[in-house]
Amino acid sequence: MIRVENLEKSFHNKKILKGISCSFKKGETSLIIGQTGAGKTVFLKCLLGLHDYDNGKIIFDNIELNKIDDYDKMNLKSNIGTVFQGSALFDSMTIEENVMFPLKMFQDMKMEEMKTRVNEVLKRVELENSNNKMPSEASGGMQKRVAIARAIVNQPKYLFCDEPNSGLDPKTAIVIDNLIKDITEEYKITTVINSHDMNSVMEIGQKIVFLKNGVTEWQGDKNEIFRTENKAVTEFVYSSNLYKKIRKMYLKK
Amino acid sequence: MNFFYNIGKYFIMLQKMFQKPTKWRVMKQLILKDTEDTVVNSLGIISFVSFFIGGVITIQLALSTTGSFYPKYLVGFATRETIILEFAPTIISIIMAGKVGSFITSSIGSMRVTEQIDALEVMGINSINYLVFPKVIALLLYPFLISIAMFLGILGGMAACVYGGYSTMSDFILGIQTDFIPFHMTYAFIKTFVFAFILATVPAFHGYYLKGGALEVGKASTLSFIWTCVTIIVFNFLITQMLLG
Repeated sequence: MIRVENLEKSFHNKKILKGISCSFKKGETSLIIGQTGAGKTVFLKCLLGLHDYDNGKIIFDNIELNKIDDYDKMNLKSNIGTVFQGSALFDSMTIEENVMFPLKMFQDMKMEEMKTRVNEVLKRVELENSNNKMPSEASGGMQKRVAIARAIVNQPKYLFCDEPNSGLDPKTAIVIDNLIKDITEEYKITTVINSHDMNSVMEIGQKIVFLKNGVTEWQGDKNEIFRTENKAVTEFVYSSNLYKKIRKMYLKK
Repeated sequence: MNFFYNIGKYFIMLQKMFQKPTKWRVMKQLILKDTEDTVVNSLGIISFVSFFIGGVITIQLALSTTGSFYPKYLVGFATRETIILEFAPTIISIIMAGKVGSFITSSIGSMRVTEQIDALEVMGINSINYLVFPKVIALLLYPFLISIAMFLGILGGMAACVYGGYSTMSDFILGIQTDFIPFHMTYAFIKTFVFAFILATVPAFHGYYLKGGALEVGKASTLSFIWTCVTIIVFNFLITQMLLG
């Protein structure tokens, strides 16, 4: 479980995060949504430890991020899997080497054991027989799957995804969303996804945190988001006519 | 102000380079790969440049020392001194700042803009140690490259001198052996080690702290070349003053 209390972060005297409080449960897929400039990426980078925050707390299962030294921070990070928006695969390595990378860095496994584990994970993300391809030879969807495989190969406790289905066609995007949700439940990971894709919200949002101007404007699940009367949420989520109609139909039911 | 800020940042990078080292099993492979990329792959260009520049230096020396006033062995002597003291360690290092320096900046810079460095950091890997340290160790072999540059420079000079008809082989060899001061070799290799460290770390600094996109990678490569050259030239002056002055 990850708990965030009153998180604040400024850049050049401009407050970006103005007191975010929320929690993300183990085995649950949580989504952070909000308009561009709401502070989603900064929030995610604070959670990942890529940005230091000014005030507040980020607690990973009783470990407070700001109260541990750099060495313990590195150890905590070895329990984190991350899927970046652009996949961030190591382009000089094959798909197999990319997925094997966290094992090489953190495990004392023999090459054969590592290969077996990599093949298991690649099979889980439906990428068998792609071991020797370079990331540049893989499609956008495949690259996301490789990034997911690399993120989960070390059996992390926490999984963070920054817009995992951006740039993908709707069909592939849903496949990636469901893959993340299934993996979260299967491996009992605490998953946090940064997204502005409403399909993801409706499909896998077990917990949704809506940010507006650097504060937590609303929290709930995918059913509650249909019923909410919060103006900022409804204006953001139901901005298209299609979603307005879907909401009406849901409320009639 | 920005200049001092960047110098401070550079030393912080050097300090971080020695913290939380990468596993030896992985580091060994990185060192071998970086040795190939920076040292082995530079052998061709360094050999070519050294041989021909050695020849040109000798021809120019021979043409400006004609007449009975100058001893015949002077061309060999001056070629040796020029190549060992300045051409091989300093000029080759400036060529390497262009070849290896821009390679280091662009490869680390590309990793920065495609979030690969962020990926390393969130995995709990000390990205500076992972990316920069193997390059520093790989470039410890740089003096080997400079030794080849010295040898081929003098060989090129001898070939140009003898086959160009400027002097005889025996006069040239006599010149190479005349008044040889072994400390000059020590001085040259001390310089080389310092330049090797600069060649690995200054371009890495420019790549690692790059902000922006593909265009900035190109700009950072150019900037890194300029700063590597400036640093090499400044240290060349300081070391020469300290050791020979």
